[in-house]
Amino acid sequence: MKVLVPVKRVVDYNVKVRVRSDGTGVETAGVKMSMNPFDEIAVEEAIRLKEKGVVSEIIAVSLGVAACAETIRTALAMGADRGILVETDAELQPLAVAKLLRALAEREQPRLMILGKQAIDDDMNATGQMLAALLGWSQGTFASKITIDGDTATVTREVDGGLETVALTMPAIITTDLRLNEPRYASLPNIMKARKKPIETVRPADLGVDPAPRLKTLRVVEPPKRQAGAKVASVAELVAKLRTEAKVI
Amino acid sequence: MQTYKAPLRDMRFVLHELHGGAPNLPAELTDSILDAAAKLATDVLAPLNMSGDVAGCRLENGVVRTPAGFREAYAIFRDGGWTASSCDPRFGGQGLPESLGKLVEEMICSANLSFGMYPGLSFGAYRAIAQHGSAALQDRYLAKLVDGTWAGTMCLTEPQCGTDLGLLRTRAVPQPDGSHRITGNKIFISAGEHDLTENIIHLVLARLPDAPAGIKGISLFLVPKFLPDADGSPGVRNGMVCTAIEHKMGIRASATCQLSFDAATGFLVGMPHKGMTAMFTMMNSARLAVGIQGLGIAEASYQGAVAYARERLAGRALGGAQCPDLPADPIIVHPDVRRMLLTMRAYTEGCRALGGWVAQRIDAGDEEFAALMTPIVKALFSDLGYETASLGMQVYGGHGYIRDHGMEQYVRDARIAMIYEGTNGVQAMDLVGRKLPAHAGRLLRGFFHPVSSYIAAQAEHPQLGAMAAALGRAFGALQLATAQIAAKGMADPEEAGAAATDYLRLFGLVALGFVWLRSAEVALAKLPAADGDAGFYQAKLTTARFYMERILPQTAGLFAAIKAGKGSMMELPAAAF
Repeated sequence: MKVLVPVKRVVDYNVKVRVRSDGTGVETAGVKMSMNPFDEIAVEEAIRLKEKGVVSEIIAVSLGVAACAETIRTALAMGADRGILVETDAELQPLAVAKLLRALAEREQPRLMILGKQAIDDDMNATGQMLAALLGWSQGTFASKITIDGDTATVTREVDGGLETVALTMPAIITTDLRLNEPRYASLPNIMKARKKPIETVRPADLGVDPAPRLKTLRVVEPPKRQAGAKVASVAELVAKLRTEAKVI
Repeated sequence: MQTYKAPLRDMRFVLHELHGGAPNLPAELTDSILDAAAKLATDVLAPLNMSGDVAGCRLENGVVRTPAGFREAYAIFRDGGWTASSCDPRFGGQGLPESLGKLVEEMICSANLSFGMYPGLSFGAYRAIAQHGSAALQDRYLAKLVDGTWAGTMCLTEPQCGTDLGLLRTRAVPQPDGSHRITGNKIFISAGEHDLTENIIHLVLARLPDAPAGIKGISLFLVPKFLPDADGSPGVRNGMVCTAIEHKMGIRASATCQLSFDAATGFLVGMPHKGMTAMFTMMNSARLAVGIQGLGIAEASYQGAVAYARERLAGRALGGAQCPDLPADPIIVHPDVRRMLLTMRAYTEGCRALGGWVAQRIDAGDEEFAALMTPIVKALFSDLGYETASLGMQVYGGHGYIRDHGMEQYVRDARIAMIYEGTNGVQAMDLVGRKLPAHAGRLLRGFFHPVSSYIAAQAEHPQLGAMAAALGRAFGALQLATAQIAAKGMADPEEAGAAATDYLRLFGLVALGFVWLRSAEVALAKLPAADGDAGFYQAKLTTARFYMERILPQTAGLFAAIKAGKGSMMELPAAAF
């Protein structure tokens, strides 16, 4: 079984993100970029399924600027077999990504696609769901456990009330939550070997997709600075303040 | 709490921008390797640094237990292929060039110096067997040393001899089957016994029955803890036992063992009585590695000091409050704190750049340059590592002296690097006694020529001219000191001995000055198109200027001391001390 894993290049989770002075977005020049952590979990899960003999080939896909090839290399170093880069300088939004991925799914015919539930840059949490709708596939989002048995994927989902287990008929879309697994450290020999694994580059036009944005960003601002706290003398005063000033009780 | 983030930006600067990249490896690959090593160092090794220091190693019934978490960390390290990183691909290694390997080493040392000892010693053993061992020994032992299934050691020191190995007594008795029986006591054996691997391969210096006296009668033997079975798995327990582990000032999670060999089975490595030759190939790479330990600690301490100086509030800036909304200014506003931080930074980045230069020359096969610079890298980097760690503690004040922040651990851990693999005094003697006179000064010219022509080339530079002039003065002092040592030392070796340590420091400061000037040149060229990186290059330029103006002038004092000669030093009778 073939599995396709999209991996997104995002600002590294350790970086303190700064808004560009003109308010058009966040500063990415000279900033360390890495694979979206949820996507790392998706790659890890695909590798584990391959190690169990369930999956035969893992294709890592990234969409965006040429440097996204580095993110694909990271996936290849972890254990993916080959990569596809959909190269474009255009701003990509979830619907465009979903359409591009649908085109790739139709071409590659995977039985399973594992995606991060969201990317840590825009926190959209939309691509997986849109992709499932476009393809008409089953979907299991926020997965914390995945078992594949024949044509059925059993997915334990993290929902507000606890855990929900669903059985999906393949082909299926699964999006990963944090507790699904702990991604492995890329080994030095695999980093060296990843260089020799193929990465194919295609453009959105090759896939017949117009990636033009449908949403317009009006303004990006820093969150308001946290105000200094105040000390209260008694519990009564605290309760009074919560009631009259904070108005939370 | 210690925090460590790998200085990847500066590492890439040193590797790519200063020294032109690693041979045969594209930049995106070296960057992925550095990223992966950084992740391992920060996520796996650094969190065990303080807990390992507190717990230390324990000896129970001849078995050494490493601190909690070390076995799991070693498994991740080994499975990641890092034990093999610098080994020859012929033996299953990854063959990373030194210019990349040294950066990986630095990260390991910054994150957890004690942990780094175990694979570090294995690499030394690997190297001796790879270069001097018979094909049979290589077949039997190298693959598992390279993949980290087994570990290695270097057993030199005995209770009565350290620096002067001519005094060693461990005996090797030939057996009819071609093996030897090794009997004797070894001390200070790093990683001599531990629970990280299923077998430990000791490389032991000993004397054959017909050995000439002194240093010319020493042979090298491979003595495994478990003798491998026919299928290569650990078999019969060999005749050596760990009788004690040392209680040390620093690197407390590294097991420093006393080993007693009692008719243990060993195998000759290299030629009889030529053990010192084999040992020296191992020792030269180990000395460079110890220099990198100094650098690693310096970086970690610097990061800790900067973080604290930014948040600790005390007093007001001398020119008026800078943070009036706070009850006091952060101490980073104070000139003396800045003196400490900039000194730490200038040493750390300077050593990284200088180490990168040496590594690049080694990759290019320039053994003479490596021979000249080995004592300088070892002694200068370890001295400065300790001085930097001490400054780091000073920035914290009393909070550096207590254990909570981990700053005092850096001081304790850094201290050993000035001692082992040949004390820094021995390094200085190696420089003036062996390296300067070698081939009528040819080694020296490998350093003097590029430095002098570079200074001349920058002399008229509008922005760098002043720095080049300062370096030129220091370089002039180094040339004069060299001439004096050559002249006086020839007639009276005590003169060379008396000048050695000051001379090594003078040499080292000029070498750092050279790489700082080069760094400034690169930074200046990159600045106009740097965009988001402008701050990085600007800081390079400022730190280079600080180095030239505030540190390099120390060379004048060193020169005066060297010029004064041995007189006052040798006059006092031993009884009068």
